Amino acid sequence: MIYYVTRRVALALVVVAGVVVLTFVIADVVPGDPAVSWAGPHASAAQLARARQYLGLDRPLLVRIGTYFGGIVTGNWGTSIHTHRPVLSDIGTAAPATLELVIAALIVAVLVGVPLGLVCARWPGRWADHVIRVGSVLGVSMPIFWLALIMQLVFAQRLRLLPVAGQYDPNLVFTHPLVTRTQLPVVDALVSGNWPMLTSTLEHLILPALVVAAYPTGVIARMTRAQVLDTVGEAHVQMVRALGFPERSVFGSFAMKLAWNPIAAVLALVFAYSLVNTFLVESIFDWPGLGSYAAASVSTLDTPAIVGVTLFVAVIYVAANLVVDLVQAALDPRIRLR
Amino acid sequence: MRRLLGSSPLITVGGAVAVLIVLVAVFAPLLAPYPADAGSATNPVAALQAPSLHHLFGTDQVGRDVFSRVLYGARVSPLVALLVLVIACVVGIPLGVVAGYFGSVADETIMRITDIFLAFPSLLLSLAFAAVLPPSLTSLTIAIAITWWPWYTRLIRGQAASVAGRPYVESCRALGIPTWRILLRHVLPNSVTPLIVQVSLDFGGVILTASALSFLGLGAQDPTPDWGLMVAEGQNYFTTQWWLVTYPGLAILITALAFNLLGDGLRDVLDPRWRGQRGWVNVR
Amino acid sequence: MKLEIRDLEVSFAGRPVASVAELAVDAGEIVGLAGESGSGKSMTILAVLGLAGTAGATVTGSVRLDGQELIGMPEAGLRAIRGRRIAAIFQSPSLAFNPVFRVGKIVTRTLRLHGLSAAEAALRADAAMRSVLLAPDLLSRYPSQLSGGQLQRVAIALALALRAEVLLADEPTSALDVTVQAEVLELLRELRDERGMAILFVSHDLAVIAELCDRVAVMRAGQVVETGPVAQVTTAPRHDYTRELLAAVPRLEVRP
Repeated sequence: MIYYVTRRVALALVVVAGVVVLTFVIADVVPGDPAVSWAGPHASAAQLARARQYLGLDRPLLVRIGTYFGGIVTGNWGTSIHTHRPVLSDIGTAAPATLELVIAALIVAVLVGVPLGLVCARWPGRWADHVIRVGSVLGVSMPIFWLALIMQLVFAQRLRLLPVAGQYDPNLVFTHPLVTRTQLPVVDALVSGNWPMLTSTLEHLILPALVVAAYPTGVIARMTRAQVLDTVGEAHVQMVRALGFPERSVFGSFAMKLAWNPIAAVLALVFAYSLVNTFLVESIFDWPGLGSYAAASVSTLDTPAIVGVTLFVAVIYVAANLVVDLVQAALDPRIRLR
Repeated sequence: MRRLLGSSPLITVGGAVAVLIVLVAVFAPLLAPYPADAGSATNPVAALQAPSLHHLFGTDQVGRDVFSRVLYGARVSPLVALLVLVIACVVGIPLGVVAGYFGSVADETIMRITDIFLAFPSLLLSLAFAAVLPPSLTSLTIAIAITWWPWYTRLIRGQAASVAGRPYVESCRALGIPTWRILLRHVLPNSVTPLIVQVSLDFGGVILTASALSFLGLGAQDPTPDWGLMVAEGQNYFTTQWWLVTYPGLAILITALAFNLLGDGLRDVLDPRWRGQRGWVNVR
Repeated sequence: MKLEIRDLEVSFAGRPVASVAELAVDAGEIVGLAGESGSGKSMTILAVLGLAGTAGATVTGSVRLDGQELIGMPEAGLRAIRGRRIAAIFQSPSLAFNPVFRVGKIVTRTLRLHGLSAAEAALRADAAMRSVLLAPDLLSRYPSQLSGGQLQRVAIALALALRAEVLLADEPTSALDVTVQAEVLELLRELRDERGMAILFVSHDLAVIAELCDRVAVMRAGQVVETGPVAQVTTAPRHDYTRELLAAVPRLEVRP
């Protein structure tokens, strides 16, 4: 088991390194001068030359890549060209917002997707099954940015049920300032008993979270349905029926326990996909996360920032995969005992 | 063949809509009432008009007919998807065949390289590459293709490896039949079925990825009538001129939906034992 | 008679797969149901439990437990009977237990389902395991950690713990080694003699049936073709098919 985990981690590190190198190479090939973004459009030639030197653009590519890798370990992820601050601190500020959204979306996806999938498996071929299956395919085929705009228009602007954008009501900052400890507004509000803030943050979270949850819900519902249906024909299901258990236990308790494992596996993949989806949605909801940061970086040819974001997401993805692996081993004794 | 196509409602519906979209793409110049609007023609006087009989989907911020642009859009994203998948196949399949059939060193090296790509969500990789390339449809296609080919290599490798181990292939070799012949006659035909299913499922995925990247401004540029781009352009006017965003987005949804249904139906019919295993893990 | 089956017919979309005109099992006896694979034996067991519907079959006829009619009984009533009064053990014990549950968990949950408290359930499970000559701490293991023979004995222990009156055994020894098989058969004999259980033993193996059962019914293509005391049926079969089955049993012959 330990061997398995270390091997996975090692491979992931190679992956991350490869991605960083590739990004550097491609960025180098692209025409355009980041020094201009740094120094500003009115900079003189001398200022540009100094900027280029400061940014290390005058050194050969391999050296730059090498220094970058060296810097990663020490915590120096370069300086962002458009914010002029260390990339790592920029990411530190922006990441919690994105993570809050992704995690909320995944929670929704599991809470909604699993029961829906179970319903399909319990009564296959009935109208509920068909409706949910079509819904799942819809969720998976949905252009997330479009869904975000539509939902925003309908629920926030036309029906005025939910706020339009932002993480919380900015006016509340004066009356009920938020004590930041985890950088996750919802958690912070909950922990410090700041009820008005809690309501506000939750309100603001609903719409974006539902939008990002569309895809993972579809995937999970489908997966649950398939997994449970697969087990339904097996002998152990018939056995618990013969022991007198009601259908809802047969499905919800016994068959489901087997299904959690593959669902957990899917969650890791879905997490990464949802992370990127969140990026797309952030600008629409004025969500101050990595997506907004990345968008700004792209328009200013801010390579350190882009590479930094990519690296960060890679690390998160690897961590998520590892967590899933461990959860899988905990859920399914057959893996542990191997 | 007919029985195959008619056996599942998913295939019928998905396939029919997919064919419709292809037809729209091909006959766009004939179907669009204002074909020039799909190009660089602008008509500022008629800007931001609500849907009407003259303009079924209304007009956009520079007066172009949205309906015509949506129709022409059927040429853009699906074409990108097609190119991406063709490149992915052209690069991925031969590598997969070599890895699976010849094994040992070739297999190891090729699979290590693909592992690097496979271990990472390809949407993110595409995003990263597209972000550092100058924004254009070409860059978009390249960025997505780079991240998509490893999946085909792995798919084909599995097939090739299993075929290579079979006794009748051994006898072919013993008979002195040239390798390329064996590959062509025996290895490839076995791989066709899962390949068709995968391509069909991927089509929808690539279209979604491409439109997402175009939405971010990393792909098609104005005046190309790309659906994702149209949504991005219509964003600012969305609260009042809803048609600018709704129709192009709907087009993306319907196209992705059609190919996903088609792929799902094909998988159910062609390879039922896959049904439980991956579900919608078309997550790249 | 403990369990009486009369005019039972199990059909799939109008096509009958099992017909039993008359079959009865009394307390304290083991009745064998013999026949080849696909002769409808397993469907009969499912029908008795009221589970034929889950396989998509329709059932007509009568199955009485102590005079109480089971066919047509509402599901709630059947669930109270399943496991508690009529227990079942299946052919592949390693497949019959849910692999991600500890064996003991399934046992205690079933006991609690049928009304026992947690403490009572633990006590009964313990006692039952000892009755089948298994160490009670084996209950904390997963199915993959136990052998087929052990799992089958756990299944029997569960039936004991529930104080079931009838045991339906569907090919319980077919997947086991011969030596392990002998142990399980011995256990079944004990259940008959010491607990007075009514046991319906389904098998394709006439030799095992001859060894274990008191009476036997022979099934062929979904129909019962012959019934009677085992000694009589095996030495003086009345139906041709029975004769064929008997002839097919491999015998150890001493070569002259």
